[in-house]
This record gives sequence, C-alpha cells and structure tokens, in this order.
Amino acid sequence: MDDIKAKIEAANAEAVRRINEANPVLVDIAPAGEVIPGLGDRMIFHSGPPVDWQRMSGPQRGSMYGVAIFEGWARDADEADKLFESGAIRFEPNHSHQSVGPMAGTISKSMPVWVVENRTFGNRAFCRQVEPKVQFGSYSDDALQGLRLWRDVWAPALKKGLAGMGGLSLKPIIAKALQMGDELHNRPVAASSLFANAMACPLIEADLPKGQLIGTLKYITNHELIFLALAMASAKASADAAAGIDYSTVVTAMARNGTEFGIRVSGLGEEWFTAPAPKAEGLYFPGYTKEDGGLDMGDSAITETVGWGGFVLAGATGILALVGGTPEEAMSYSRNMRQITVTTSPHYRMPIMGFQGAPVGIDIRKVVQTGIVPIIDTAIAHRNPGYPIIGAGLVSAPLECFKKALIRFGGKYKSQ
Amino acid sequence: MCRGIVVRKNEYHDSVFLMRVARRISEQENIDQAALFMGTEKNKGILIELGYPARELEAVTPSDLILAVKARDEKSLNDVLVNLEGWLRAEPGRTDLPAVRDMGEALSRQPLANLAVISVPGAYAASEAQKALERGLNVFLFSDNVPVEREIFLKRYASERGLIVMGPDCGTAIIGGIGVGFANKVRRGPIGVIGASGTGLQEFTTLVHRAGSGISQAIGTGSRDLSDDVGVISTLAALDALAADPLTNTIAIISKPPGPQALATLIPRIQKCPKPVIVCFLGAKKEPAPAGSAYQKVRTLDEAAALALQSITGHLPPLFGPDDTRLKALVSGEREGMNPRQRYVRGLFAGGTFCYQAQQVFMDAGLVAYSNAPIAGNHKLSDGSMSREHSLIDMGADEFTVGRPHPMIDSRLRRERLFAEAKDPEVAVLLLDFLLGFNASADPVGELAPAIAEVKGEVKKRGGYLSVVASVCGTAEDPQGLDGQIARLEGEGVVVLPSSAQAARFATLLAAHIRRRC
Amino acid sequence: MSDRLKELLERGPKAINIGVQDFADSLKAQGAEVVQVNWAPPAEGDVEMMALLDELL
Repeated sequence: MDDIKAKIEAANAEAVRRINEANPVLVDIAPAGEVIPGLGDRMIFHSGPPVDWQRMSGPQRGSMYGVAIFEGWARDADEADKLFESGAIRFEPNHSHQSVGPMAGTISKSMPVWVVENRTFGNRAFCRQVEPKVQFGSYSDDALQGLRLWRDVWAPALKKGLAGMGGLSLKPIIAKALQMGDELHNRPVAASSLFANAMACPLIEADLPKGQLIGTLKYITNHELIFLALAMASAKASADAAAGIDYSTVVTAMARNGTEFGIRVSGLGEEWFTAPAPKAEGLYFPGYTKEDGGLDMGDSAITETVGWGGFVLAGATGILALVGGTPEEAMSYSRNMRQITVTTSPHYRMPIMGFQGAPVGIDIRKVVQTGIVPIIDTAIAHRNPGYPIIGAGLVSAPLECFKKALIRFGGKYKSQ
Repeated sequence: MCRGIVVRKNEYHDSVFLMRVARRISEQENIDQAALFMGTEKNKGILIELGYPARELEAVTPSDLILAVKARDEKSLNDVLVNLEGWLRAEPGRTDLPAVRDMGEALSRQPLANLAVISVPGAYAASEAQKALERGLNVFLFSDNVPVEREIFLKRYASERGLIVMGPDCGTAIIGGIGVGFANKVRRGPIGVIGASGTGLQEFTTLVHRAGSGISQAIGTGSRDLSDDVGVISTLAALDALAADPLTNTIAIISKPPGPQALATLIPRIQKCPKPVIVCFLGAKKEPAPAGSAYQKVRTLDEAAALALQSITGHLPPLFGPDDTRLKALVSGEREGMNPRQRYVRGLFAGGTFCYQAQQVFMDAGLVAYSNAPIAGNHKLSDGSMSREHSLIDMGADEFTVGRPHPMIDSRLRRERLFAEAKDPEVAVLLLDFLLGFNASADPVGELAPAIAEVKGEVKKRGGYLSVVASVCGTAEDPQGLDGQIARLEGEGVVVLPSSAQAARFATLLAAHIRRRC
Repeated sequence: MSDRLKELLERGPKAINIGVQDFADSLKAQGAEVVQVNWAPPAEGDVEMMALLDELL
C-alpha cells in the first residue's frame, strides 16, 4: 500500500483507539470563569465555528442578550444589542476552549459548567447547563431565572455532593443508557435517571440546607435532558484526546452556530471546514411550523462525533417518531453510519443490531467517497431571538465541509 | 484445576449480553466454569462462595467488569483470560451486517480474498483496480474504456507485486475450475490458455472440452495486452504462472497479431517455456513459426485447440477433421432453392473475435468482405447498420451497444438486424454465432429461433431460399445446454457447424458455389 | 511479496465483486466465495474528489 495511505490508516487507528479508550469522569461543577482556560471577563463563548455579531443567527443573538443581562452587563436586550454592536464583548467558539454548549452554547464567566476529566489521557472538557430557554434564544426574566437557580442553588449543591463522592464515572452510565433506549443526544432519559440515582444519596449526605437539597433533588429527578450536558462533555473529552494526530482523517468535532456547520479533523489541527448550516427535518411543538425553525445550531453534534446520537439511532426506539417511525429506518441509519467510520466501539453496543458496537471515528475520506454524511439528532430553535425550544428532528451534515477538509488534507500531506 | 480472575475497570456491559458471552466461554474445551459480570457486592459474594479469593475482589467496584474462570489446566485458563476483548466482540453469526460499499469493508468480510472482479464504468474502473492491487488482490477487469496509460500503470504495479491484471476489457477467465465472467462449464484438464479476447477463450475452452480433454486455467489479459504500448505484461505473468502450474501440460496463447516490440518481448519467453506452447494469432499472415522454434503457430481457434489436444493425446480429434463428403452434400442441399439474385453472405456476430476470425477465413477463401470492424484488406462499411455485398458485422461493437444490451446477453439487436438483412433480395446466407455459459442469455437460440423461422419463410415466399449457418459455443454442462440449443436450431433448418471457424468456412463454400453458378 | 497469482491459480478464486451482481451470482453458483460490493460512483462523480481519494483512500 502507498506510503501515505498506510500512514493515514495508522493515524486513524490511533485516533479511534484514543476515542474508544477514553474514560470520562465527572469531577466538578464550577463557575466557568474559574475553570475554563481563556474565559475572561466580557467574553462569551458560543457553539459552532467562529462567528461575528453581524453574521450571528437569531437564536444565538437572543441567547447572547440573555447572557449579557444575566451577567449584569446590560439591563435589557436593547442595551445588550448596543453593547454587542460596539464590539465590547468578545465572542469565541466553545470548541477553542475545551468546551461545548447545547444549541446557542453560550458560556460566560459566572455560569457553573460541568467539568469532565478523561482519566485515560488526563484532559478535561467543560459543558454548559442544559435548559430549555436561554440556550434556544429566549431572554425573558423567566428564562434567566433558570440560569440563576443553576448558579445559586443547584450547581453548588451538586458540586458539594460530587466532592463527597470523589467524582462520578460516566462510562458505565453511558453504556447502560445506550442499552436502555437512549442515544444520548435527543434522548438521554435513561442516563439522566441513572445520574439522578447516582447523585441522590451523595446529595443527602452533603449536609445541604433542606430547601436547597429538595430543590436540587427535584431538579435532577425531573430534568430528562440533564445528562445531555454530561454526554457532550464526555464526548468532547474523548474527541479532544484524538485531535492533532498527523495524517489522521478522523473528524474530531462537528458543531453549528445557526449560521454555519463546521467540522474539525484530527490531522488538520484546529481549522474549521464550514458550509451553510442546514435546516433540520423534524417535529414541531404546537403553535410552530417548519417556517419558524432556525438553521441547525449547537455543539451537541459532538455526541455524533464519538458515535452516539444519530449514529446509534437503531437502539433508541423511544424517538422513532423523529426518524420516520419504523425500527428498520432507525437501523438503516446506524448501518449507514458504519459505512463512514473507522471502527466500532467495544464498550457501547446496540443489542438490536446483534450487539454491534456504535460506529466510531468518522473518516472524511469515506464520507466523500460514499456521499453518506453523518446524521445528527437535534433540537430545533426558532429562527428569531426570544423563543424557547420549538421542536426536534434530524439533520444531515453538509457534504461540502468534508470535501473542503479533504482538499486541505491533500494539500497538507500529499507533498510531504 | 486452576482458577483466575480478570478485572476491567469502568467497563459496563448489559448482563444478558455478558451471560451469553460467559456461556460461549464455558463451552470451550477444558473450561469448567466461566462467570462474566459487573462487580456488584452480590456478584462478588457469589465468586467468594465459589472459592475465588476475596482479596482479589476487594478493589472491584460495581462499575468494573469481572471475568472469573475455572479451567482444567493453566494454559486453557490463560487462553481465555488474555482474550477477554475477543470474547466480548459481537457474537459470530449474529451480526446484522450492512451492505458492503467499498473494497476495505469487503476485505474485512473476506480477508482471504484473492481476486477482485470489477465491472464498474470505465471512468471509475482503474481506481477500483488500483485499490484492489494495493490490498494484494489479483484483478479481473471486465470494464472497458480504461485509458491505456492507466492500464500500463496498473499492470506494472501488479507485476512488481506478483499479481495479475486480467483486462481491462476482459470477458472471460477460468481459474481453478471456476468460470469468471462470461465463461463455460468445462472439464478440468491439462491445457492452459491465455487469451486477449473473451470469446476466443470461450471457443477454445469449449472445443477442448467437447473433444474430451480439459482446461487447467484460462487467463484473460484484456484486448490491448499484446500491443506495443502495454507490452505483454499480463501475458507474461500468465505464461510464467502456467509454466509453474502443476496441472498445466500444454499452453496456448490466443490473440490478434501482437505489435512488433511486444512480439519481440514475447517470443524469447515462449522459447524458454519448459512446456509446449501453441500460439494463435488471429488475422496474422499465413506463416509458420520459424524453423527451430520451440512453439507452434496457427491462425484459427480450431487449429489452436486441435494442436493443444494433439500435444496431449498424440492425435487430432474428429471434431476438427471436416468430413468433405458430408460438407459437399450439405452445400448442394443448401444451394437448392436459391434464386440467381441471392449472392451474398451476411454474418451477424455476437462475439467480436468470431467476426474477426470469419473475415480471415473469408480472406483465405479469396472473398473480400465489408465490416464495421474490418481486418486489413477488407472494406469498412460507411454505415455499420447498412450491409453490402458480403458483410461480416460485429454486433457487439460500441456503435450498436451504447445504451443497449450486448447481443451476448440479449438478442434484440441481432433480431432487428436479422429482419433487415432478410429484406435484401441479394442475401443468400446468414452466418450466426451463439454463445452459452455463465452470464450469457438464458436461451440465446430460443430468443432468435422464431425470427429465423420467420425470415426463412419470407424469403421462401419471394421465391428463394435463405441459408442460415450457425455455430454454438458451449458445452452440454452449460446452464443453457448445448444439445438442446443445437437441436432447436436444426429444427428451424439451420446448418450448425461445430465451431465458428467451420461455420465461416461453410459459408465461404456456399458463397463460392454461388459464384461459380453465376 | 509472495506470488499472489500462483496462489490464485492453486486455490481458485475467493472474490470481491465490484459492479454487475450477475458476476457474483455465477461465481456463487459454482461454489466460489464472493463478497458483493454495492458500488456507487465515488464522491457523487466529483472528478476533483475522485482524484484525491485515489491518492488517499
């Protein structure tokens, strides 16, 4: 086999080894400004590839208003708007700072984030709280109340409970949940429940004021999507370990900001390869239609990047309605994803597919070769600022991103 | 008896899955018991009760996977314990495998594969062939329209690695008794053959089979291998392989005349070959191999088959000794009922090599013919769809088959042409070939027989007689069955000869007879 | 490298069939092992991409 091809195969084998051997452990919940490297004052991180205020999508702008008000930098959306127009607030992608955030993905210094450590490789990843409002572009006082309670009540309680446990290993929860009908992106119900189980006693033992304890227990036992943040942080911690391997064509990030869809590739460092963000096909909440839907948004496609979400739809019978309704269709998605990955996971399996492992390690060469693009489960935001979640569905990654990356890859490595 | 434990930290698997894996492990020889489960207090208690030392289980948490095994000997125990990863892989035979989309995936299903059969459009074919060679596979490249530079690159690449590229434009091979592409069911035997054309190989191998002998290997090279550009790379690879092949006693090489440089490369290698070699250059000038040559040189497939058989058995089989008395009787029988305007032969060939060989047979008989693919000395038809005088047409040529099925697969093209030819009052003889075997039409004769009956009837109504002469390339063991196909033709009054060359020769006898009569 | 052609002739074909399904079927009918590749034009026929993939995949 040609030298370059052999090098690519070896590099990809190493990339998927690192993804598969990742061991994510929840170690802390702490204010973003204290733990995320490079997050200073007057900065907001966002989902997807880099974007400026002018090109920023409606829901991401809405979320930015919410954060500016939450941080006390502005009293209302008008003031916030002036602030952003003036350039006084710096925007950077979460992915540049070991971080991920659902939908608009907005992270600022006072927001507590989940801190997940990859015990195999020692790297950390951070994920923002998952909530149904500000991350979708809503900035009402009611919406902001969710962020405040997280900051003041729930996150400190969970931090204390967690400290007593010495960290929570997430790998077993993920493996179990994948066999309980979760795909860990649109449906992390089982994982959220397992997480609540794991935290309940430690919270009680943490000697919290009764009101805070009950409030936090209510929060974690009723929040069906709470584990999405942990799935995302786990995925980010796993994918980051596989980044920066020379000659590897394995995708290490897929992320969207409501304007553009972007990918990163292990052998191509931190560069983004982007295309206009597509629109999800899906189901809308009462009162909303496809016309209202914004373009694809969020860092949550990091779950697909490591082989969950759309890649393990076969096992997620609970959300069959999103994929057309039949188990055969769901299984065909998982089979197709296997066509574009380097390997499968030895740890995360799909009983319905004869215990085959989840497809792991998206190879840009295989994507371009087959024309099969990653399928991503997603929530849907409104196209305008000021709305909560309006639906959920499926979206296909744009082939153009993979083609651009392949061209750059050829340019970088062919001559060497 | 010995026991051992392996613990994998932070590795969760579903308990039902683990129980099934444990069962598979415990079914192994010399394994008395296998437990595979998560390290819960309950499970740890079970292990301690079973006699496993508690201290080995102290650090195990409910998130950890435990494999505990009791075996009859140390080796059996260790074999299982070190291979936990292997046992945890999806169960054999229960995987729900997706359709294979690329070569890499295919190889993971069949790691011992040794041949890629490629029939994708020409623009993509070379890339697929390259991928196959890189993975150590020989290539049978059916696709045509592969640029000659790509062909040269592929063949050189293959030759450096002990591989062969059969093709591009390779229709037929028989490898270890298995037909690849358009091939017939023939006996295995001592004769190995290398051919640049698929129909040439089919005719040769079926003639050998029908004469009672058999084929060790039939290796296609593609139509351009003996050109000076390509330089006999695959032919030489095949020659070396057949020289080393223990089953092969005699080797035949079938091709159009090679380029001068290619020939100069080939001949010394043939001279050095330790086995008898018969060279058949269709369309070459009539000249025997130079004195002292270690090989014999012929010009028709029949001669090649006959010599190959002779080199094995020591005598020529009757299939190739035309019975002149019978032929004469047949000729006069066929000519009866023809009217004076009927003068010409029209050959409609499914096999391009048969068209080529027929032109040579005509030329040897002193008959000039028109063709859409003329050999030197014949005339090119300005419009391939309009015959004139003696015309020998390759119905599989690109001009006819773009967007339409090849006449070896579907008879529609030839049926239309058959009717068109029969309308010409000057036509006396229709010369046809039929090819049986794998991948050919399921009933080639049956598809054309009604049309033959119809045109014979029409000519009769006009006060003439249409002679239809045919050969059927195939064996009794082919899916279509040789005997039934011949019987059906003879039932329609078709004269069936044992080979395409003999059919062509019979047509020239008829034509000569007509000429004399005029 | 070992002589793969010699091995092919000795052991008979274990084939990977890329393209016309009939070729796979006829090999199977003769008892040969075949894996059929459901081939589609690579990169949706994008010439630049195909050239790149030839070098990289």
